Amino acid sequence: MCLAIPVKVIAIEDDMAVVELGGVTRRASLMLVPETRVGDYVLLHAGFAIQRLDEEEAQETLRLFAEIAAAEEGL
Amino acid sequence: MKYIEEFRQGDVATELARRLKAYAGRPVNLMEVCGTHTVSIFRHGIRSLLPPNVNMLSGPGCPVCVTANADLDKAIALAREPGVILATFGDMLKVPGSYSSLREAKAEGADVRIVYSPLDALEIARENPTKSVVFYAIGFETTAPAIACSILEAERLGLDNYSIISVHKLIPPAIRALLDSDDVRIDGFLLPGHVSTIIGSRPYEFIADHYGVPGVITGFEPLDILQGIAMLLDQIIGGKARIEIQYRRAVRPEGNVKALEYLHRLFEPCDAEWRGLGLIPKSGLRLREEYASFDAERRFEINGPPPREHPGCRCGDVLRGAATPPECPLFAKACTPEHAVGPCMVSSEGTCAAWYRYGR
Repeated sequence: MCLAIPVKVIAIEDDMAVVELGGVTRRASLMLVPETRVGDYVLLHAGFAIQRLDEEEAQETLRLFAEIAAAEEGL
Repeated sequence: MKYIEEFRQGDVATELARRLKAYAGRPVNLMEVCGTHTVSIFRHGIRSLLPPNVNMLSGPGCPVCVTANADLDKAIALAREPGVILATFGDMLKVPGSYSSLREAKAEGADVRIVYSPLDALEIARENPTKSVVFYAIGFETTAPAIACSILEAERLGLDNYSIISVHKLIPPAIRALLDSDDVRIDGFLLPGHVSTIIGSRPYEFIADHYGVPGVITGFEPLDILQGIAMLLDQIIGGKARIEIQYRRAVRPEGNVKALEYLHRLFEPCDAEWRGLGLIPKSGLRLREEYASFDAERRFEINGPPPREHPGCRCGDVLRGAATPPECPLFAKACTPEHAVGPCMVSSEGTCAAWYRYGR
């Protein structure tokens, strides 16, 4: 029920966006994240974008994962 | 960055699993509160990566599952009213109420529609001006702001044939109820990522401050979950209790301020009945007086026989983490996904459905 999937915003008109995931597009309301811009990734839930994904934070998590993987190789 | 594959790398999972297996502390019960976590944990085989002293319990975070029979009965009764179109999310259809289900009502002629978004229900209202469209609004904090927006849209469009039955529930009061009951010891919480996208981390602080139990707000990809568990175990080993955020790409401490503004503008907390947990003060949401005209329970008189429970069904115990599905006498015998007795077997993210599909 609380499933939300990351989708890319490819067009915006007023408070509706066209979003794309794996080549499939659909419409999403931006009422809950009005600051969204084309090119952003947002979490889509029940037809609404509920949050913009923060790329810097994602990269930080991935950096940590890379360190973890490097530790494995070092074993 | 696609935000999916990057969080499924096998080499990182192997190393995270190795670290988890090395946990040599006291035996602990960790609860994943959210049904979406439950499914992800089963689907990715995460239980098999944990050492025997780390036990995962599934919690009450499946809105379909915790909806009380009395509330299900209301939807079914209203669906049978002439002139009503009842719209809801797909998971609700098969859930048995006290005497029937929405699917049965539909088969008998009731106009029940499955929608993906409350905006689809608005569209149905626009296309059917002579009918009354009632959206059966279940969900946690993740979903409530979207429902709030649908009402604001109905107001803007002048659609006076749209209303909702609000059976929304709130996660922090349910966690408090679990911690206050003494039937299960919980040593740490994997906190729900998408509820937290909306509410942030602050509403959970009491878990650490008052109960001394750590919590980690966790994402849904396998590496997120492995890291979330590792962060919980680190706190337990270090004798700490804090609320941390693993799912940093989606959750800020303050949550989604705009979504919370809509949620609080339209709704106010009310006492709510949870399957398995009973009546929990201030754990539900009802429409504020200013929006009473969108409240189906105030627009329609809904009458029916008193609710009853299914004999033998242990969904209530499963939702508290007090029993695992195989401990229920009906599991995989009288109760299967095709012929479900209890909601935890019906919902795609119910604990019983996850055990049935992946855990046997």
